[in-house]
Amino acid sequence: MIVELTVNGEPVTARVNHPGSLLDLLRDDLGLPGSKSACEQGECGSCSVILDGALVCSCLVLAADAHGSAVTTVEGISEPGALHPVQEAMHRAGAVQCGFCTPGIVVAAADLFAVNPHPTATEIKEALAGNICRCTGYGAIVRALEGAEIVADR
Amino acid sequence: MMKLRFASPEMLVDINEIPDLDYHRVDDDGTIRVGAVCRHADLERSSLLDTRQPTMAAAAPLVADPIVRMRGTLVGSVCHADPQGDWASVMTALDASIIAQGPNGRRSIAVRDFVLGPFQNALAFDEIAVEAVVPTPRGMPAGGYLKLERRVGDYATVGVAVAIDRVGSQVGRAGIALTAVGPATIAADAAAQKLTGRPLTADNIGEAAELAAEAAQPKSDHRGSADFKRQMVRVFTSRILTGLLRSEEEAA
Ligand SMILES: Cc1cc2nc3c(=O)[nH]c(=O)nc-3n(C[C@H](O)[C@H](O)[C@H](O)COP(=O)(O)OP(=O)(O)OC[C@H]3O[C@@H](n4cnc5c(N)ncnc54)[C@H](O)[C@@H]3O)c2cc1C
Ligand code: FES
Ligand code: FES
Repeated sequence: MIVELTVNGEPVTARVNHPGSLLDLLRDDLGLPGSKSACEQGECGSCSVILDGALVCSCLVLAADAHGSAVTTVEGISEPGALHPVQEAMHRAGAVQCGFCTPGIVVAAADLFAVNPHPTATEIKEALAGNICRCTGYGAIVRALEGAEIVADR
Repeated sequence: MMKLRFASPEMLVDINEIPDLDYHRVDDDGTIRVGAVCRHADLERSSLLDTRQPTMAAAAPLVADPIVRMRGTLVGSVCHADPQGDWASVMTALDASIIAQGPNGRRSIAVRDFVLGPFQNALAFDEIAVEAVVPTPRGMPAGGYLKLERRVGDYATVGVAVAIDRVGSQVGRAGIALTAVGPATIAADAAAQKLTGRPLTADNIGEAAELAAEAAQPKSDHRGSADFKRQMVRVFTSRILTGLLRSEEEAA
């Protein structure tokens, strides 16, 4: 089936095979490997994207289901060449180790800051509860985002 | 099922595009209706449930994690019939039904008859579930949902749903159901029966908690031993009911 959608502001058209996920479409067909593929079961959050304004695991959305939707991936979260304030804060605080979880965390955190510009540590932990990081132990991530002057829009 | 590669259907029906199924509302008579595409997140943020259906309000933020709650639905979760699913217990405790629609029209199936076993429901192959219906309360609804999880966002090690309708100082109707302690959602009817038609007291709370623990059929696994899980059913049942008793005493 042919799906038409908007990805990071650009209209795109792609042919998808029926069981393919939105994540496969983004990574394999559209050349956007920022969203990571790890569990493919909705457990880890490394594939997080914004779909029509909602934070979702792109591995659990069928590509066909994204027809007519607007998707923002980590590649589109900031202006080209610039860092999103969340990325800036994580970079400054050294909240990245292997980096595999980072794109998903950035998208989920950007989504949080878009609705709650001054989250508490508890709110940050709750918002990131669907994102697994096997390296940092989360402390550095939460500290990076807590109190960060982040004015985000999406 | 698809994400686990247990199923790869040749054809899939996408119900997300069916208009106007994303509602949840309370009818004039107090019946609560949840449409098939109403997400967990809609229920979590609902201003209706806090006052009208406390058991549902307690469960909504405990289902999965925030990202999963954006997409997953209550009706889908009941259809999925996972013994670890939170909504099937809540709906069972509330005596709720699923409205199925097929080529021959609609029928209503009580959730306790709808969930047949692990990942099996009572829908015919040509039916979809369009709505969950929580019947009119027979008094002032009260209740709670408690869930033990290994970490935020995990499936339940043990979950207990308690829903009662108060009529004056009496319990007019009671429902208790258990998550993750058997091959399917368990309705702890004998426990609920202990509470019906009398006031809540420390004594009948103790008896109900004991009967709920007896109704559980837990298995030892990586989440804990069977004894531990049974004990948690006892503790959670008693904790929810004791909380209700205390708020009743404070209000008096
Ligand atoms: C990481 C993760 C953690 C989770 N943790 C929890 C948890 O802690 N507690 C919990 O309760 N759940 C949990 N879930 C499951 C989640 O709640 C989903 O909502 C649930 O699996 C149903 O998803 P869905 O509504 O998208 O339905 P789908 O996944 O689309 O469907 C599930 C099944 O039900 C059928 N179905 C769905 N809707 C209908 C309908 N209207 N009519 C007929 N058949 C239908 C589908 O064909 C399919 O077989 C978790 C899921 C993930 C990915
Ligand atoms: S790859 Fe999607 S949640 Fe893990
Ligand atoms: S930095 Fe390695 S998984 Fe998070």
